[in-house]
Amino acid sequence: MAKRNSGNPNTPERVTGDAPSQLERHQDPGLPPHRPRLADKDPKAANRAEKQVSILFIVSIIGTLVFFIGYFGVDISNDVEALRLQNMLLGLGTAFAMLGIGTGIVHWAKTLMPDHEVVESRKPITKEADRADAERIVGDILDESGIKRRPLIRNTLLGAMVLAPLPAIAIFRDLGPLPGDKLSHTMWDEGVRLTLDPSGTPIRAADVTIGSAVHVIPEGLKEAEHKLEEKAKAVVLLMRLNPEDLDPSEGREDWGYEGIVAYSKICTHVGCPVALYEQQTHHLLCPCHQSTFDLTQECKVIFGPAVRPLPQLPITVNSEGYLVAQSDFHEPVGPSYWERG
Amino acid sequence: MSTSTAQYEPKTRVGRITNFVDQRVGGSGMVKEFGRKVFPDHWSFMFGEVALYSFVILLLTGTFLTFFFDPSMAETHYDGSYVPLKGVEMSVAYASALDISFDIRGGLFMRQMHHWAALLFVAAVSVHMLRVFFTGAFRKPRELNWVVGSVLLILGLAEGFTGYSLPDDLLSGNGLRIIDGVIKAIPVVGSYISFFLFGGEFPGTVIIPRLYVLHILLIPAIILLMIAIHLFMVVVHKHTQFPGPGRTNNNVVGFPVGPVYAAKAGGFFFIVFGVLALMAGFFTINPIWNYGPYDPSPISAGTQPDWYIGWVDGALRLMPGVGEFVIFGFTLSLNVLIPALGPALLLFTLMFTWPWLEAWVTKDKREHHLLDRPRNAPTRTAIGVAGVVFYCVMWAAASSDLIATHFSLSLNDVTYWLRALFFLGPIIGFLVAKRIALALQRKDREIALHGRETGRIVRLPHGEFIEVHEPLDEYHQYKLVNYESPEVVPPQPNAEGKITTAEKARGVLSRIFFEDRVAPPTPAEVEAAHSHGGHGEVEAEHEDQESLPRQ
Ligand code: HEM
Ligand code: FES
Repeated sequence: MAKRNSGNPNTPERVTGDAPSQLERHQDPGLPPHRPRLADKDPKAANRAEKQVSILFIVSIIGTLVFFIGYFGVDISNDVEALRLQNMLLGLGTAFAMLGIGTGIVHWAKTLMPDHEVVESRKPITKEADRADAERIVGDILDESGIKRRPLIRNTLLGAMVLAPLPAIAIFRDLGPLPGDKLSHTMWDEGVRLTLDPSGTPIRAADVTIGSAVHVIPEGLKEAEHKLEEKAKAVVLLMRLNPEDLDPSEGREDWGYEGIVAYSKICTHVGCPVALYEQQTHHLLCPCHQSTFDLTQECKVIFGPAVRPLPQLPITVNSEGYLVAQSDFHEPVGPSYWERG
Repeated sequence: MSTSTAQYEPKTRVGRITNFVDQRVGGSGMVKEFGRKVFPDHWSFMFGEVALYSFVILLLTGTFLTFFFDPSMAETHYDGSYVPLKGVEMSVAYASALDISFDIRGGLFMRQMHHWAALLFVAAVSVHMLRVFFTGAFRKPRELNWVVGSVLLILGLAEGFTGYSLPDDLLSGNGLRIIDGVIKAIPVVGSYISFFLFGGEFPGTVIIPRLYVLHILLIPAIILLMIAIHLFMVVVHKHTQFPGPGRTNNNVVGFPVGPVYAAKAGGFFFIVFGVLALMAGFFTINPIWNYGPYDPSPISAGTQPDWYIGWVDGALRLMPGVGEFVIFGFTLSLNVLIPALGPALLLFTLMFTWPWLEAWVTKDKREHHLLDRPRNAPTRTAIGVAGVVFYCVMWAAASSDLIATHFSLSLNDVTYWLRALFFLGPIIGFLVAKRIALALQRKDREIALHGRETGRIVRLPHGEFIEVHEPLDEYHQYKLVNYESPEVVPPQPNAEGKITTAEKARGVLSRIFFEDRVAPPTPAEVEAAHSHGGHGEVEAEHEDQESLPRQ
């Protein structure tokens, strides 16, 4: 095989095979002759181009004026229509101001500035001789430092350099607390009433009609210390079906109440709210990546990227007829994580 | 400092001013170097410029926004002039973004211009990158600049995502929640990273201020540094050019910086600025007031992330719900990890290593300052098209619900089709692109040998009809015949005379790349074809397939 070459563009040899490059073989006719433009030959055309350019610049000046008219001339307080008008005038004004300058300059360059192409030769990025010199200098520097001859220095330095950045990582420890068991608990607990999201009104079992779906938050959420964080875990969807459409598995028979069931609204995929309920099919659909959960099969995943069913919140009614939780969820809600188990 | 030559005396006013500057800080060297530096011109070289200019516009509009935007997640009640949200509880960040939109004159304009410029920035960087890929501009000595460009693309995505999250509206909050879900799926440390990032449980009260620092300080600073390195390298390497009459690997043909190139490029900045201003004035983008403040419970169907995030979201959607395991009491969510990281890892790894992969296959270590027309590198072009198709399938998947509702299809069917396309699309794209490239090369070859079809039909004395072909002028002719066409390099034995496995693999790739190449016509072929036509007009010939060298 051919020898490795320097990669210098000025040495034309090919690396592979020995056929001469096709590039060398066709006769290069050289740059095509320069074709004069209208404005090069005809002073009238040049004058016309000059006028056109200055008209474009004047358009720009007008654009700037339009901007000021929009900015100072339109009162936007409490009026969305006026805001839209102002926004359009600012856009129009700025656009004309900028496009006027831009197209003017480009037109100027294209019609009046010289359009002769210029040839410049490429120089090698680096001189061959320099490379050898540089290599020698680096070698000398390393030799003089003695780092190669004194392994004790080299190894301890390496050790120190590996360890020294560790504090820079450790110092970020206080970015946040450790998860602890926060991900496996929510505000739900025995006797906590189910309330409407967002009003917080408690819900009577009798008021939940068959086929309806209700967005639910735990009672007391509004007063909670970490409202949004609690809400992000505790939101629940409440639905009422014909009891015969439900087929609860063992141990879950009494988690609902007369066909009323409550499921976590947080998708087990990556955590969007599962907000769409299809009444006819009893499917819950997550709008983010279309995971579909079948309510009649305890929210098993029947389509999409989620794997686990939505966790069910065991509910019942209290003595006043309000829906309440029997306990917290029996498993962590939302997306999977390593120590979830 | 000064040399022994006579003292320079400026004669004009410009001369006096520049002289003043030069004697204090130097610079005449710079003017000598750059004032007439030559830049080749081609419409496809414009995309990098668009990227640069939209970044400048992002800096300008973004700085304006920082004067009014308050990234705090503290709770407040809205008291601005947008009536439907009066009194609603929200974060200060969202309220200040609303104030920018409704109560600060020009604020909405600046917000919309910032957002449109962000979309344009990432788009321009992407298209610029495709241009560099399909023309082979990444080859030696520009490999490192290709890497810098790839880093810039990733930084652009990061900058866009952090910006998108800042207004703390419903959409951006749900976007963050998806990120949180993906982070939690990371084995071993997922929930820890999530808690560190959000300063506790999602959403917490620190994420927006943290993203803000990234968005207005850290990432733009790195982008700026990378742009500086990128442009510095462009100057060192000088720009590439397409081959053609008078344009060789050893020269640069084009317009000098002063005045033509500078005027065109500078003018173009104003044009980009003007177009973005027009979009900001007339087309609403990210109407956060319609979405409401972030609340973990509601969500609106059919919402979309910014376009450049779509492909990752689409990959998440395409994955079927398999692959979550519990091992020794620990949960491994491959159903999230594979789509979130897999395609990105694949695309970015190929992107970063491509210049070296290709050089390894071709065994080509020379410098390349002449570009390839995409058709003249059929396999590279086909691979690029396969990558684009792969990306676009994921991108389409991010709108699977919109596709389904728009065309009244079943959402599940759309997803099944897209899953099949995810695997088949790139293969089909590869094959089709390669066929097209080869066909175009054959066409070029035929035109070079037999001239251009004139559309004039003549009847020969014995009754046959032929179309008259006209030879090209020498400049166009040269463009069609003058290109490089690498050949198969079979496996080479190493110094010990052995052919290593890697070398065998390389040989196989080299064959796949180049075995069906269409060689450019040799001067002898051109000579022969032209002389037998006579009178400068040559007949159409369609039996010339056999004259194509095949290996
Ligand atoms: C490549 C660069 C950049 C990209 C892709 C980008 C992208 C974005 C996006 C998509 C938004 C959301 C806008 C919206 O409200 O609809 C945003 C917001 C913002 N950006 Fe940038 N940006 C970039 C650079 C910058 C720079 C350099 C600054 C400041 C020096 C900045 C300051 C801001 C501020 C203050 C906001 C929040 C304002 C608001 O949402 O009303 N950005 N950015
Ligand atoms: S978050 Fe529900 S499907 Fe992805």
